[in-house]
Amino acid sequence: MRWCFRFFATLVALPVCGAVLAQTPDYKNVGRAPTEQEIQAMDIAIGTDGKELPPGSGTAKDGARIFKAKCEACHGANLEGSPMAPALVGGKGTLTSLHPKLTVGSYWPFSTTIFDYIRRAMPRYQEGSLSADEVYSLVALVLYRNEIIKEDDAIDAKTLPKIQMPNRNGFIPQNLEEIHDAKKRGCRLGHCP
Amino acid sequence: MISRESDRRRFLKNGAALAGLAVSAIQPAIGQSAGSEKPGAHPNDLHSYGERSRFENSVRLGSMGLYDPAPAGYHRDFGFRTPTQDSVGIITPASLHFVIAHGYEPPDIDPNEHRLLIHGMVDHPMIFTMEELKRLPSVTRIHFLECNADSAPAGPTGAFRISPDATAQDTHGFTSCSVWTGVPLSTLLKKAGVQSAATWIVAEGSEKGKHTKSIPIEKAMDDVLVAYGQNGEALRPQQGYPIRLLVPGWEGINNVKWLRRIKLVDEPYMGMWESTKYPSLRTDGLSRWFQFEMGPRSVITRPSGGQKLPGPGFYEISGLAWSGGGVIRKVEVSIDGGRTWKEAEIQGPVNPKAHTRFGFAWDWNGDETVLQSRCTDERGETQPSPAELAKFWRVEPEFFRTTGTIPGHFNAIQPWKINRDGSVQNALVL
Repeated sequence: MRWCFRFFATLVALPVCGAVLAQTPDYKNVGRAPTEQEIQAMDIAIGTDGKELPPGSGTAKDGARIFKAKCEACHGANLEGSPMAPALVGGKGTLTSLHPKLTVGSYWPFSTTIFDYIRRAMPRYQEGSLSADEVYSLVALVLYRNEIIKEDDAIDAKTLPKIQMPNRNGFIPQNLEEIHDAKKRGCRLGHCP
Repeated sequence: MISRESDRRRFLKNGAALAGLAVSAIQPAIGQSAGSEKPGAHPNDLHSYGERSRFENSVRLGSMGLYDPAPAGYHRDFGFRTPTQDSVGIITPASLHFVIAHGYEPPDIDPNEHRLLIHGMVDHPMIFTMEELKRLPSVTRIHFLECNADSAPAGPTGAFRISPDATAQDTHGFTSCSVWTGVPLSTLLKKAGVQSAATWIVAEGSEKGKHTKSIPIEKAMDDVLVAYGQNGEALRPQQGYPIRLLVPGWEGINNVKWLRRIKLVDEPYMGMWESTKYPSLRTDGLSRWFQFEMGPRSVITRPSGGQKLPGPGFYEISGLAWSGGGVIRKVEVSIDGGRTWKEAEIQGPVNPKAHTRFGFAWDWNGDETVLQSRCTDERGETQPSPAELAKFWRVEPEFFRTTGTIPGHFNAIQPWKINRDGSVQNALVL
C-alpha cells in the first residue's frame, strides 16, 4: 500500500489506487439491516449446544397425546413406521449388519436435531404448526420410547442438549472441530476413510 | 387497441408502484412486471416462448416421493433423473435438470416478496431483496451438480445400477450441468462482515421442510454462488427459484434451493439430513459424515444401455466426465472390456467442476464387446474401478450389491456391453 501511495500520489491518481486496493467495496444502499423481529421469525435452526432452544417444556406423557393426534397415522402407534414415514424406534445392534435400521435411537447423534427437525418439518403438510411445548413433548416421547429418558423426565432448553444419544460416538471424525478439514481426514476421490 | 390497453396498464402499474413507494421503503426501485403484462407478449405463442420439436421426447424419469408407495423400504425411487443418454454437449437443459428435494414440491415464491437474510456471527446482519442481489457484480460459471447417491448402492437408483436393462439415465441420472449466474456468496459475507469466530455457515431453504445444510466457511468464501440464473434465464422453480446456493463440486445436498437464510455459526448445526441421512455407514458400524466433494467420474452416453447400434461401422463413442476436484485432464476409453485403454479426445469447453464432453473414434466390427471410460482430474486422481473402490472402502465388491444402506458416492467405472445384435446393456456385475 505504501508503494502504491508513493508511486501514484505523484501522478495525482490516488482515487484509482484506492479503488484497486479496496478489498471490500461498500455496495452502498444494497441490502439493509434486518429488525430483531425479522431475524427471530426465521432463526429456527438449533445447534448441538441447544443455545437457540426456545422456552417451554414437555414430558413423554404429554407427547403421547399429541403423537396420537398428529403423528401416529404415518409413524404408527408404536413409532414403528409405515410406508408413509420411517420408524422412530428400534434398530439397536443393526449398524454392522447388511440391512441396518437407522432410527433416532439407533443412529441419530444429537438430541437437538430431533427438536429442530420436528419443529421445522413436522407434521408433514402442517409444518411449523406445533408450539414449543408440543415439540418438547414429542421429543420427550421419542427419547422415552427409545429408552433414553424416563417417562416423567421434563425436556426443555436446559435438559435436552445434555442428553447423550446412544450413537453419538458412532461418527468419524467424532470431534465436530475436525470435520471441515477433508485433507487432514484423508478424503480422496470423493470418499472419506 | 393493443397500445391503448398497454397504456392503461402502464398507468395502473405506475400508480401502484408510487403507492408502494409511499407505503414501504423496501419496494424495489426497478420493479419487474409479470411477463403476461408485457406489451406484445403472448405466452402461449411459441414465437414468444419456444418449445422443442414435437419429435423430441426425452424426459426426466422418477417420482417425487420418498415413501410413495414403498412398503419394502423407503429408498426405492426418489426424485427425477436426467436423460443422460440423450445429452449432447455439456449443458443440461433446465427443463431436464435432475430434481431432488427430499420429496418436497417447489414453493411458489414471488421474487418481489423473497428476501435473503444473512445473520449470526457477522458485524452487520443484512437482508437482501432479489433486486438488490441483481445490483451486485455477478459471475457466470459452468458447474455440474450431482446427488451424493447418484447410483449409490441402495440409493434411489441403486437397484437400476446392477440391472442389465439400466440406461445411463437410470445409472447416472442424478447429475446435470448448467451455466449458473449469480452473486459470489463471499461478496455478501464480506458485506455483512464475518467475525473471526465464525467457522461454518448454515444455509436454509424456503420449502415446507426448510432444508438446512452446514458448510465450512472456507468453502463459503471460496467459490460458492447465490445463483439466480440458469442457462441464460431465471432458475426454474424445481431448481430453487428465485435463488439457490451453488456449491461447486460438492454433494448435491449442499446446494440449498429456495434459499432464504444464511447464518454464520461456529460449528456444524447437524440438521436432520446432514447428520442422519447423508453420512456413509461403514461395515464396522461407524459412519463417515460430511464427505463434501464428489469424486472423478465419467460415463459413456452413446452408445449406452438401452440404445441399439444398427450394424457394424463407424461410431463416435461419446460421453461425459466430471470431478469435484477441478478440471478433467484426461479421459481414457477401453473398447475391449478393460484389457487396453486409449486416450479419448477431450472436446471443449473444459471447465473446472463441470461436465466435460469426450469423444473416441470407434469402428465396430460386429463382435460382442464391452465399452468403458475412466477420467483423471487436475489433481491426478483417476476414477476407480469397482474393485478399486471396494478396496478404498475396505469391503468386498459383493458388499455393493448386498448392502441395504448408502455407503457413499459410487463413482466407479461404468461398463456397457455391446451385443452382436447391436443392443447395449449395463455390464456392471458386482
